Amino acid sequence: MGKLDGKVAVITGAASGMGRATALRFAKEGASIVLADLNSQGGETAVAECAAAGARAVFQRVDVTSEVDIKSAVDRAVKEYGRLDIMFNNAGIAGAVGPIEKVESTDWDKTIATLLRAVFLGMKYSIPEMRKAGGGSIISTASVAALQGVGYLAAYAAAKAAVVNLTASVAIELGHDHIRVNCICPGGVNTPLIHRGAPGAFEHAEARMAKAQPIPRAGRPDDIANMALFLASDEAEWITGTAMVVDGGMATGNTRFRTRGLPDSGFSGPSFEMGS
Amino acid sequence: MGRLSGKVAIITGASSGMGRATSIRFAGEGASIVVADLNQEGGEASVRECKENGGNAVFQKTDVSAEAEIKALVARAVKEFGRVDIMYNNAGIGGAVGPLEEISVEDWDKSQAVLLRGVFLGIKHSVPEMRKVGGGSIISTASVAGLRGFQGLHAYCAAKAGVVNLTRSASLEFAKDKIRINCICPGGINTPILHRNQPGVKEAMEDFLAKGQPYPRAGHPEDIAAMALFLASDDSEFVTGQAMVVDGGLTVGSGFANQRTDTAQQILPPRGFMGPSFEG
Repeated sequence: MGKLDGKVAVITGAASGMGRATALRFAKEGASIVLADLNSQGGETAVAECAAAGARAVFQRVDVTSEVDIKSAVDRAVKEYGRLDIMFNNAGIAGAVGPIEKVESTDWDKTIATLLRAVFLGMKYSIPEMRKAGGGSIISTASVAALQGVGYLAAYAAAKAAVVNLTASVAIELGHDHIRVNCICPGGVNTPLIHRGAPGAFEHAEARMAKAQPIPRAGRPDDIANMALFLASDEAEWITGTAMVVDGGMATGNTRFRTRGLPDSGFSGPSFEMGS
Repeated sequence: MGRLSGKVAIITGASSGMGRATSIRFAGEGASIVVADLNQEGGEASVRECKENGGNAVFQKTDVSAEAEIKALVARAVKEFGRVDIMYNNAGIGGAVGPLEEISVEDWDKSQAVLLRGVFLGIKHSVPEMRKVGGGSIISTASVAGLRGFQGLHAYCAAKAGVVNLTRSASLEFAKDKIRINCICPGGINTPILHRNQPGVKEAMEDFLAKGQPYPRAGHPEDIAAMALFLASDDSEFVTGQAMVVDGGLTVGSGFANQRTDTAQQILPPRGFMGPSFEG
């Protein structure tokens, strides 16, 4: 008895990284899945993995910045499996990087189109099908970069912050339809977006990213898949509008300067009482 | 094979409401549980339900504001079950309510002692046992009142905000020990703290709370138990320092169907596009 038995999911960016890990996790829990991505080869491989886990799965080539393509992914789910219960707007790019005054406006637009407009489109076209099914769960990949500033990654950070507040706003609208809308804010997760599949780069990133947050290991795609499964399942029936942070503590606070100027332990009282 | 097989959990405030629902849920996933509460009768009933659901459980009478009792509670878990993997600091009260000027210092202090000091003590005394077993998960019940102000609930709001930020700072310290520290911020959950087990009040509260947030039903203790299970399990291995909101959208913003006075809905057209105002 899987946690997603009988449910149908569309996952964008499902050819690699967090999308692929989530597709496989959903497959093992009994969902039928449309894996959407630009990358056909990776997508077909991921479909084969889902099928090997006993799930029904198909690949749909999708450019998430294209309204027609997003609609086609939703239509495909309905055509293949008769309904839509879960939409995971996950496809992502780093987009425009570098000093803000050097960011080309075309790169800015492309970044916002992929990271924000696509989430809007994913919501817009999945909502009617979820209404028909009596409810559903929309999940989007935001980022810890949505919660605080990140230098030289301004377009990404701005788009992801917008995803968080789009999620909150849409959740308000859809509560009475039993459609829950949440997003996930991953921290440093070692995916192809970071390591880019170059030889040795995964291992290098793994070691570097282990030091980037209080929990001493790099984030894994499965960490995000676990949260996506929770949000997709009926376990989270009363959870909507949230931004769930899965970051090993990266955005929690300040560790580096925690005791500077203060004693290592004990009680720090009024300064005028302290010895000279 | 349960998701908490072989794990040992301590749950305070486990005689009723969210603590009891979580105890039963954890028991069903294979955990052994120390049910801690001031309320002995309710606690013994929770223990019976845990056992019926397939888990081991014992009751320990505990005042969470007393350090000696929290220490005894942790010791009981080790004595009965040999270890501590999960500490759920859940016990709560409404505490001092009403206008701030009318709150007595005694009521203020008592609120903080139960709601904040109790969580500090739970973390302090469970951490050494978790280190011995190579890690663990500490969960505390905060509240949406730890994230927003609520009129007439000053002591509760302050204490719960304290729990949220204690969770964050403590999580930074214990991550290296593989001890994860998170809290849950419930919204309007229909528990005895609200309905007080009075005849008919639970049903009335269910209707009242259904209108309190975008998702159109009252929160149930099982909603919190599901989140507690996620945070207690290895599924959340990379999650620490978080305040997990389970509130049906209560704190998300404004404009849901039951908010008839919503400004946006009154001022904006029902649909369409609003351009520059000078274009009319």
